[in-house]
Amino acid sequence: MLRGLWKLTWLEIKIFMREPMGAIGSIVIPVVLFVVLGRAVGGGTPSSRSAAAGALMSTGLPVFAAIFIALSAVLSLVTIISIYREGGILKRLRATPLRPVTILTAHVVVKLLLTVVSLTLMVLAGKRYYPAGMNIPVVSVTIALLVTTWSILAIGFVIASVVPTARFAQPIGAVIFYPMVALSGLFFPIAALPAGLQAAARLMPLTYAVSLLRGIWQGETWLAHAGDVLALVIVFAVSVAVSSKVFRWE
Amino acid sequence: MSATPSPVIRVSGCRKTYGAVVAVDDVSFDVADGEIFGLIGPNGAGKTTTMECVEGLRKPDRGSIFVLGLDPVRDVYALQQRVGVQLQQAQLQKRIKVWEAVDFWASLYRRPSSDGDRLLEQLGLADKRDAWFMTLSGGQKQRLFIALALINDPDVVFLDELTTGLDPQARRAIWELVRGIRSRGKTVFLTTHLMEEAERLCDRVAIIEHGRIIDIDTPDRLVAKHCPQRSVVVTTEEANAERWFRQLTQVESVTCSGFRLTVSGRGDDLVAAVIDCVSEHRIRVSDFRTVVPTLEDVFLTLTGHSIRD
Repeated sequence: MLRGLWKLTWLEIKIFMREPMGAIGSIVIPVVLFVVLGRAVGGGTPSSRSAAAGALMSTGLPVFAAIFIALSAVLSLVTIISIYREGGILKRLRATPLRPVTILTAHVVVKLLLTVVSLTLMVLAGKRYYPAGMNIPVVSVTIALLVTTWSILAIGFVIASVVPTARFAQPIGAVIFYPMVALSGLFFPIAALPAGLQAAARLMPLTYAVSLLRGIWQGETWLAHAGDVLALVIVFAVSVAVSSKVFRWE
Repeated sequence: MSATPSPVIRVSGCRKTYGAVVAVDDVSFDVADGEIFGLIGPNGAGKTTTMECVEGLRKPDRGSIFVLGLDPVRDVYALQQRVGVQLQQAQLQKRIKVWEAVDFWASLYRRPSSDGDRLLEQLGLADKRDAWFMTLSGGQKQRLFIALALINDPDVVFLDELTTGLDPQARRAIWELVRGIRSRGKTVFLTTHLMEEAERLCDRVAIIEHGRIIDIDTPDRLVAKHCPQRSVVVTTEEANAERWFRQLTQVESVTCSGFRLTVSGRGDDLVAAVIDCVSEHRIRVSDFRTVVPTLEDVFLTLTGHSIRD
């Protein structure tokens, strides 16, 4: 059923790296941005560092960066699939034994790999700016990132399955994801939102992603975030089911 | 009772509508094993829709289709293993290399595939192995798509408008390739709006217009049936020539324009009769040519308008 998956994945990685902006846009720029921001906020001696800056370094920025990278991966996934649809590439692939789920899986794996690579580079590059002595549970954070990214990418599946042309892909993706980011608790604590918005926030998959990432980063247990994981798994399952129903080849 | 070999493709009563538009209406035809069958007609006549129904890419509203004994909708994955498809206006990833496309396509099929490098060689793409898709010319792209259509060593090959947009030289090269496909024992089903292409390539053609098939036969028989008139154009200064030609039983009319006489009539022996007449009366002829109707004329006769309109 997944015949051709690994070949297609490898092919898409190579093709992506041949794009003029491919590697630079999705790996180098986020990492450089992170380092620059880290220097601006977290530089100097520990004594001169404000408490707010310390808090930002310890939780805000890493989680923000993780979400940002996952989202740009999703937008790029949506755009690529819509370009393939518009250009007749999907239609040509349809006339082979290839299944839609194979195409989507390959692209998701590519995006997941890119996300992991950029996040790893970011963590390595930004290491010296973290507060000394802080213990980051690397394995748990990695798993949390994978769960989160799979889930966010799955929402991208649904959009990518139906968006007719590349021109619509970016705006539609942005319209769906930016409100999610705004309400996710990344910028404002959810408890500080008006009741109506709090309810809306609880419907947004990203809210659970932020909560999970932040908690695990700070060393909280998985048990404390079982609800977040469950929500993300449900989002993933529903998204995959929906997109395999509505997937359009042309 | 000896059974006639069952056709490779059998379409009966196929109908497909898009909203209120009837794209294909009550289309029926058979394609025999090992022939090049052409669906010809103007753009928008329903050629591509018919072909995509046969390929299993579209589901007809009514009618039945069998390809290699399989139902293209129900058995689509089984069918795709055994057919090769070239689509109109298809693209690949801009930066995919030629060899990568061939290699990937080969990995998608269960049956032992054709040798990709040999295919590229045969299609004149060997030196483009490492080129990106976006750098290929129109003819090279079409040849790559033919390579991809042949990669699984298919029993039936579908070619949709494969020479549209190509220059005459590239077009001729591709015709040669298609004849090569048939000589390897494969069945070819193609669409074209180029009558010359159909005439030179197809063993049998179906003429389709407004979603309906008007007639199906070999190009020669279609011409003989619908455009039986032949003409001979003779250039001569012999003043009596016109009178002598008119006396021939095969001749229906002679029109005269300066020294050029157009002698028209029916049947294959018109030309022989005119030649005999020329030699009998020792007419000094400075030019002599026959005008044979083509599929273009057949189309004009059947539909009342040219295919380019």
